[in-house]
This record gives sequence, structure tokens and C-alpha cells, in this order.
Amino acid sequence: MGDLNGPDKVSRIEFLRQGLSRLASVALGLVGGLAAFGSRRENTVWQIDPAKCVKCEHCSTDCVVAPSAVKCVQSYPICGYCRYCFGYFHPHYDELTSAAENQLCPTDAIERVFVEDPYWEYNIEMDKCIGCAKCVKACEDFGNASFYLQVNHEICVNCNNCSIAMQCPSDAWDRVPYDEPYRLKHEPRQVAELSFESPGKK
Amino acid sequence: MVISYKFLDQRFIKLLFGLLILGLMPVVQAEDVMRFPAPEFDSNYTFPETWDLMDGRGNTIIQDTTPRDGQAPLPTSQTQQWIDVGVLTLALSLGAWLAVKRRSRRGLFWLMIFSLGYFGFYKEGCVCPIGSIQNVALSIFNSSYAAPITVVIFFVLPLAFALFFGRVFCASVCALGAIQDLVIWKPIQLPRKLTIALSMIPYVYIGGAILLAATNTGFIICRYDPFIGFFRLNGNAPYLYLGAGFLLAGMFIARPYCRFFCPYGVLLGLMSRFARWHLAITPTECVDCRLCEASCPFDYINKPNTGLEREERATGVRRLASLFLLLPLLVVLGGWVGHEMAPVMARYNNTVFLAEQITAEKADPTMKASLETTTFRSMGIAEEQLMAEATKIRSQMNMGGWLLGGFLGLVFSLKLINTSLIRDQKDYEVDKPHCFSCGRCCSYCPSDEMHMPNFKPGSKALEEALALGKPSEPEPETVSAMQKGKA
Ligand code: SF4
Ligand code: SF4
Ligand code: SF4
Ligand code: SF4
Repeated sequence: MGDLNGPDKVSRIEFLRQGLSRLASVALGLVGGLAAFGSRRENTVWQIDPAKCVKCEHCSTDCVVAPSAVKCVQSYPICGYCRYCFGYFHPHYDELTSAAENQLCPTDAIERVFVEDPYWEYNIEMDKCIGCAKCVKACEDFGNASFYLQVNHEICVNCNNCSIAMQCPSDAWDRVPYDEPYRLKHEPRQVAELSFESPGKK
Repeated sequence: MVISYKFLDQRFIKLLFGLLILGLMPVVQAEDVMRFPAPEFDSNYTFPETWDLMDGRGNTIIQDTTPRDGQAPLPTSQTQQWIDVGVLTLALSLGAWLAVKRRSRRGLFWLMIFSLGYFGFYKEGCVCPIGSIQNVALSIFNSSYAAPITVVIFFVLPLAFALFFGRVFCASVCALGAIQDLVIWKPIQLPRKLTIALSMIPYVYIGGAILLAATNTGFIICRYDPFIGFFRLNGNAPYLYLGAGFLLAGMFIARPYCRFFCPYGVLLGLMSRFARWHLAITPTECVDCRLCEASCPFDYINKPNTGLEREERATGVRRLASLFLLLPLLVVLGGWVGHEMAPVMARYNNTVFLAEQITAEKADPTMKASLETTTFRSMGIAEEQLMAEATKIRSQMNMGGWLLGGFLGLVFSLKLINTSLIRDQKDYEVDKPHCFSCGRCCSYCPSDEMHMPNFKPGSKALEEALALGKPSEPEPETVSAMQKGKA
């Protein structure tokens, strides 16, 4: 068989093969190096900026995990502990009791606990919350905006491309550094700013 | 008159509103106004437990209040990422050793099962080397994003292994490959023309994915990953159906995603073409016994062609010349088509889509404002800024469209040239760029010491192998030509 090709041809092909092989390694090194040069040591995770979120319902419908990895969080220092909580009670409630038809939350995820007259504490039960943002919206529109949405990193599988982030209309999603995985609300200042916005704008 | 009155009116209201805000500003900042004042408790009530989290170095990173039941959970630890890199390296090394040195299908099979469990069901699929193409593309083309170093390693490592040992990643490390490999039942052989046509899809896919990732439009490889739903035992119905469809088809068309869709396979193929130590069907010398001929469910074994009728040399040269002339034409044509497709791809980008919606709503006031446009208007960003951004992305897409189309034209014409070049193939050999190094064919080779027990005279294994290798009786003169070539 060798006589057909001849030694010259074989070595020429081999030479070409080696050249191309080097080219391939150089190309791989170049791309890898370029990417590694601009890379970061820390991993990133997805998080919501509560100041940007407009409380649409994508967070409950678009997560690859069911129910969604997005959960409502209560900021106790901001909460007014109201007897009539806008986030807890449906606008058409019959009476101020925890009967399901009086509640805004579709999954009964908010716990209402009496503290002392006239204060009530509101807790979110993470395993029931589906991140629909109904309570968040009501609390922001009429209350102190102490409810807000965050990605719960115990549930979130940190998709390479979060499917909610793709759908979020307000661009509230970001990759944040691994060691600052939450964007928590401490200060009620955001509420004050928001209260100036005319309701028509929302 | 009316107009100027209206104008004045608007200005006046704006001014008034502005003054109002200005006047209230100090109050707001001083008092942190809440609609309802913070309660003053009589009982010694304290806020529920705090999120008091430590980072790896013992610093408190978060202090806040949270629901009673539970602390703010941390994401999977950073060390986990490095453990994954370690496992990937080990699995690839073991895979290379099993494929090239041990030639053990059984070993590769168990490694594959391990990888399916670890990278598939335990890691739930993310980040995988296939998806990492996009992180790398976004990282290179977009300065606002930096890929984590572990993701870059996930991208490079399997390619580096392919450069030396072939696609060992495919055989025994890739979870997507493993799940398809398990369902292979009665593989059929597809017509050659169809295979060539289908094998263009991965190039379209990788080109499109890079373009969409580089313009920060989205990661389509992750979005349309057909198997991730299985790994998470959870997922949206359409994608689960897609995955089930792939698995069903995969019973007869072995590893359909790998062969006809996988974008990473394009890169792996480019590398493994040059692999110095690739898995070989036979450890010694091929004796053309044809036992392995039908053993590859993917049809990646090159068969000897020494005995076949050759066409006139002149015809071949003429055809090749015309194909080479066709090459620039196809490149330009591809570029033009890609450019024409650019607006469609651009619409996939959220910014461009939003800009288009805003324009459409302006043109037609009866249109109902969508959630996106309402949100945009409430954010108080200047429309011009959005439009400028959209124009920028559109022009990037146009450019990308030309490049992508031209690249596809080039690939297509190179494929045509490649198929019309007839190379001398004297033995049974794996098709290096495509072979997954699964090792199935190895145990069909009777020259393999390790697999000799399979081929005791009269054994069932030998009979099966013979039966497999007997699809068509070669013409008598072909046989003699083959034997002559051998001698
Ligand atoms: S998708 Fe965005 S705007 Fe909608 S609820 Fe989630 S974070 Fe808020
Ligand atoms: S209303 Fe929605 S976001 Fe609020 S607690 Fe219930 S499920 Fe969660
Ligand atoms: S990254 Fe994935 S799991 Fe996490 S919130 Fe987004 S879609 Fe859900
Ligand atoms: S190792 Fe053999 S059976 Fe497996 S893909 Fe390669 S040629 Fe086919």
C-alpha cells in the first residue's frame, strides 16, 4: 500500500497534520487564555434587586424549579405590624380573620400572629410561598413595602441562564458575587421615595 | 391659544410637583418616612431571628431579619466548584486511560454511569462544558461580564483532552451523552446524504449561540437543553416532551443530540481530529476480518475502500476544481442570508424587542401597552437611550449575521469538498473527529488479547459478531483486491 502514496506524500501529509494540530492547540490556548484572563475567581449567583422589581408574576411562573426558587421575604424593621395588613388581606375581605377567602396570598403562605394590641406580626412560610408577588405589590402600594422578593439560594439551582431573568420586564435580575448572595432591604427609605410616585405610573 | 395654555399648564404642574418633592426631600431623609410608623411595643417583643451569616473567612456578611423558620441559606459552597473541576479532571483522565490504554468498554460504561449520577442528577446539569461556550463568548465579547474561572476550566479541559486523546468527554463524562447512550436499543443506519445534511445543524447552533451570547441576548443552549428537566426531576412541560422525544428517537437513532445538535461537539471534533493517542479498534493490526464493521451504533467506523472502483482521475479533479470555485460563492451567499436573518435574531434580544414594542405602540395609540413597555415607562429612562442601545445591538447582529452566514457557507463547502475527496482507507478505523471513544467496537476485534475470550471458536460472541459483520457479501474481485492490498 505504501508504494501508492510514496514516502514523500506520507511525510507531507504528516507535516500538514502536525501543523494543523499545532494550530488547533494554539487556537484553544488563545480562546482559553483570553477567557481566563478576563475571568473572576468567585462564582456568581442570581439575585433580584427589590428596588427595580415591578411585581409582575413572572417570578412564580418562569422558574425551572416548581414552586419557584423566588420567595417573599419580610423585613421586620420596616413592617408596620398593622392590624389590617394590605399584603395579608384581600381587598374584598369579609372580616379580619385568617380564613382563606380573606387572604390575598393564593397559597396561604403568610402567617399572622398577634403580638400585642394593636400589633400583628406577619411571617412568610417559605415552603408555601410561590413568589407570585401579590402581597409584595399590595404592601408596596399601600403599606410600608416590607415584603420583597429574593431568590432563596437553598432552592435555586443557579441555572447558567436563569429563565426568570430572561423574562423579567424590569431588568431586576443580576449575577451577584457568591459571597453577597442577597440584596436585603434594611432601610425604609425606598418606601418614602416610592410614595411620591403617582399610582397612574405603575 | 389652547395649545399654549396646555403647554403652560403642563409646565406649571411639573414645576409645582418638583417644588413639592424638593420641599419634602429633607423631611424624607431625616425621618425615613413610612406610611405606617414603626410600632412601639410594650411587651418585650424582639424581631424574629436574624440572618446572621458568615462567609468562608468568618466575617459576617449579612445581617437582616427573615422568616422565623430558617436562616438565609447560602448558595452551594465555592469549594464545591473546585471539587467539580477536580472530579471533571479525574473522570477525563480515567476515561482517556480506559479508552486509549485499557480499551475497556465495561470500564467506560461504569464511568459513564458515575458521570450521569454526578454531573447529571447530583449537580443537576449546570454548569456543563456545552453551556460554558456561551459564558466564554459573553466574557470575551462583553466587558460587563466575567466568567468564573471554574467555568472557563470546564470549557477548556474536555477540549484539551480531545486534542490528545479524542472525545473521551463524550463517551464517559458528559451527562447528556450518557442519558442517550443508555437508551440505545436498535440503532439504524441513516442514509449518508441525510447524515451529512444533519451534521450541519451543530454548526448553525454553535454559531447562533455564540452570536446571541456575545450580544448578551441569551443563552440558547441552556434554554433549549432537552435533558436538564430529567436531571432536575422537574421542569416545564414543553422541554420535558422535547427530552422525551430525543430519548425515544435515541432508541433507534443512537445519541441524536450528540450527533446532530451538540454545539460543543463541533469544537471537540476540531480537536480530536488531531488526537495523537486516540482509541483504536484494534490494538495491533487490522486483518480486515470485518467483525467490527457493524459494531458502531453511530456509524463512525471508516471502512476500507482499496478494492472499490475508482473514477477517472480527470473527473475527480474537475469536480474538485468546481467545488473550490463554489467556495467563495457559498461564503458570500451564506453571509448574505445570515445578514437577512439578523433582524429576526435581533428581535430575540430584550432591548431590541422592547424598542420595537415602544415604536409600535407609539405608531398605533389603540394598542394596549404591554407589561414590558409599561415597566420601561415607569423606570424613567430616556427613550432615546433605549433606541440608541437597540440600534447598537441591531448593528452588532448585522455584523454577526454576515460572519455567521459566511462561516456556515465555508463549513458547508468544506464538507462538500471533504465528501468528494476519496482518501485511501486500507483498514477499519474509527472516524476520529466524530468517534465518541465509547469502546464498543474494541471488543469486536479478535486481535485484542484482552477480548480474546469473546472469540473462542464456536462461541456465541463470535457468531454474533460474524452475523453483524455480514450485511453485504463483497464482490469477489473486491476481495482479491483487498487481499492484494494487504499483501
Ligand atoms: S420577574 Fe422581575 S419584575 Fe417580575 S416579579 Fe420577578 S423580579 Fe419582579
Ligand atoms: S402572596 Fe405570593 S409572594 Fe406573597 S407570600 Fe403569598 S405566594 Fe409568596
Ligand atoms: S436560576 Fe434557575 S432555579 Fe434559580 S431562580 Fe432562576 S430559574 Fe429559578
Ligand atoms: S469507539 Fe467505536 S463504537 Fe464507539 S463511537 Fe468510536 S467507532 Fe463507534
